[in-house]
Amino acid sequence: MKPPQFLYARPETLEEALSILDEYGADAKVLAGGQSLVPLLNFRLARPAVLVDIALVDEIRAIRVEGGTLSIGAGVPQRVAEVSTDVAEASPLLSESISHIGHLQNRIRGTVGGSLAHADPAAELPAVMICLGATMIVRSAGGERSIPAEEFFVGPFTTVLGDNEMLCDIRVPINRSARSHILELSLRKGDFALAGVSGQLTLSGGRVADLDLVAFGVDAVPLRLREAEDAVRGREPAPDILTEAMRLAGSAVDPSFGDVHADGAYRAAVVGEYTYRVLVEMIR
Amino acid sequence: MRPVRQPTSSLRVSVTINGKLTEATVDSRLLLADFLRDQLDLTGTHLGCEHGVCGACTVLVNGDPVRSCIMLAAQVDGMDILTVEGISDDAGLNRLQEAFKNRHGLQCGFCTPGFLMTLSGVEPSDYPDEESIRELLSGNICRCTGYVGIVDAVKEAWGRI
Repeated sequence: MKPPQFLYARPETLEEALSILDEYGADAKVLAGGQSLVPLLNFRLARPAVLVDIALVDEIRAIRVEGGTLSIGAGVPQRVAEVSTDVAEASPLLSESISHIGHLQNRIRGTVGGSLAHADPAAELPAVMICLGATMIVRSAGGERSIPAEEFFVGPFTTVLGDNEMLCDIRVPINRSARSHILELSLRKGDFALAGVSGQLTLSGGRVADLDLVAFGVDAVPLRLREAEDAVRGREPAPDILTEAMRLAGSAVDPSFGDVHADGAYRAAVVGEYTYRVLVEMIR
Repeated sequence: MRPVRQPTSSLRVSVTINGKLTEATVDSRLLLADFLRDQLDLTGTHLGCEHGVCGACTVLVNGDPVRSCIMLAAQVDGMDILTVEGISDDAGLNRLQEAFKNRHGLQCGFCTPGFLMTLSGVEPSDYPDEESIRELLSGNICRCTGYVGIVDAVKEAWGRI
């Protein structure tokens, strides 16, 4: 339960960090808060040759509201984002979801970008970023690219990030008329989610004008509950519509995705029920 | 905190631990908990799960409670660390420790340093009721007490009983 040997670097600027990533490629790993990576090192599930500690890279540590966009640096600690009034005003769903991540001690060290780049299937932030229509800003020594959150996660603990790339910034469109909610079930407070549902909804003239529902903990990547969304979008959120959404959300979950803590059928039932409850909370 | 431009297998760190500036050479792979225990002989910080779940190794880094088993010694260069050895003077227990003793907030004592450090790193006013205290304590596992004594100890220390 001790990390294997590795080389440690602590570059002072983003440019330096990217150049180390460029040099070592797949042998290098970015160390942000370390709340997922260091346990993996302790278990020796990860054996990078070089750790690139980005603690001094100030370029990725700002929270900014510019026009209609909330921009969160990847290196912003989760706890800082959780209690930020800018984040709470621009994206209440984000503040609410961060409070579900691990325990206070983890959120103090863990970063917003670290959770996204780690891409744990049970993590809240990947689902929430898809729900909010966020864009990932990724940089390498060669340049920058923007990736929609929906295309960022490709498998368990796997993103489209290249070996020499680093997630630097997350841009969240601000929708002040939207309502949102997140619910998750875990065995104990702070444990990994067995299943969860995040939602964002806009009402217009008594009808649901727009709706995003994304589940987590029930598939290799966050699961957009498309059929449930379609059943509600454009309609008045009457009880029978919500019940239908609940059924469709539950049936979207692959019943083979289970483990010793909860089988797939149970997780599917939770996703159905939580979809219903999230919808009820949002139209209240 | 100083830059480390060339990837290295060991480095110098300069850390203030319990108010005392300490300089040391550490392996890059050395965990903060092992640095405290094995290199500095501060064995009050306990190692339970070694993957950030049980909270026994909690210390304060720049005033905030963190898990020292999933932080590298290299990462605390230039920072201020408080361990359980530093929360009271040699003369005796502090108010929080007294409350743990009075309220049977410990039995075997293995988890106690972690609880004390988590509680030492928060503002009591952020945890106004029992529910919020219990949620705060959820990051530390105790297998002896059933938590009732610990919650009572927190209430006593914070002047709520």
